[in-house]
Amino acid sequence: MATLLLSAPRRVRRGEAFEIKVLVSHVMETGYRRTETGIAIPRDILRLLVCSLNGEEIVRTEIHPAIAANPFFAFWARADRAGTATLTCACTGDGGYTAAASASVEVD
Amino acid sequence: MARRPGRLAAAAFLVAMRMALADGIPPGERLSGRVQMGAPLRAMQDDDAANPATLWVLEGEALWNAGTGATGKACADCHGDATMSMKGVAVRQPSFDATAGRPVDLEQRIQRCRAERQGGTPWTFESRELLALTAWVARQSRGLPIAPDEDARMEPFVESGRILYERRQGAVDLACRHCHDLHWGRRLAGNPIPQGHPTAYPLYRLEWQGLGSLQRRLRACMASLRAEPYPYASQELVNLEAYLMRRARGMTWESPGVRP
Repeated sequence: MATLLLSAPRRVRRGEAFEIKVLVSHVMETGYRRTETGIAIPRDILRLLVCSLNGEEIVRTEIHPAIAANPFFAFWARADRAGTATLTCACTGDGGYTAAASASVEVD
Repeated sequence: MARRPGRLAAAAFLVAMRMALADGIPPGERLSGRVQMGAPLRAMQDDDAANPATLWVLEGEALWNAGTGATGKACADCHGDATMSMKGVAVRQPSFDATAGRPVDLEQRIQRCRAERQGGTPWTFESRELLALTAWVARQSRGLPIAPDEDARMEPFVESGRILYERRQGAVDLACRHCHDLHWGRRLAGNPIPQGHPTAYPLYRLEWQGLGSLQRRLRACMASLRAEPYPYASQELVNLEAYLMRRARGMTWESPGVRP
């Protein structure tokens, strides 16, 4: 089940840094493992995580086979304009995997 | 007093010791494996936004509300809001089931309800759906003390579980108690040995890179002793779970947890 769990505070103050947490559901097969009979298990990992605040890209993460399964990403952002800000995070991966989530952040 | 008072006193002492040990580690000394984890892992477990088990809990919530199976009934149709109706349920499983005439654990209860009341195809043990629903139900008891089923009919099964716990097994020829009663806190292959309480199941194990049940963990332990693990849903594993819950009585439920 492709799921991206996005956690951000509901209210923040203008100009104040706030933490955004992303948890993505993914089995993350490195591509280096083999079955018991020696057949290579193909790579199946996440490739890209992009987050935007009010349409402006704030984080772009390239993901490589060392990443853990069901990875957790956390980063900080700052909203410079008052009002309702829309935070969107989208993840893409091998085999056409996509997962995205949005959240509203009230900026005082 | 009898001519050999020492013998009577010795026998009474042994009986008292047996009864004391029958419940495992004394209540004041029971520790969850979480105290032996590093601070970052404890922080990961305590933050729902970072705990990977949350992904299964959310899926379980969706399954709880979805009308699956032939009858189209959802769990919610009979059980209502899980945050209220399922509070206190996980901490007393396995519990005695009169129809089956034996204890069943939480996973088996969910499987039965699905088959009998929802008319759905059974979810196998360790399947994603069963783990998700178990995690959702188990989550509702977080923070409550472990309160094993006190039904008198449980006793022979709990005793059976205790015997399994104390019996040497496998090519390694050790019993659960050797590591988890006698040597907890010491290290095995560099890893700290926990007391082995079921306080956090189902849990996300970093080694598994996924969520797993208590039965999965017990089977893995048996395999590491080079013993033939009991099959999933076997009565041996349920009896062992019943004994472990008795042994952990009063401890705080943390489910779903994170372990290394």
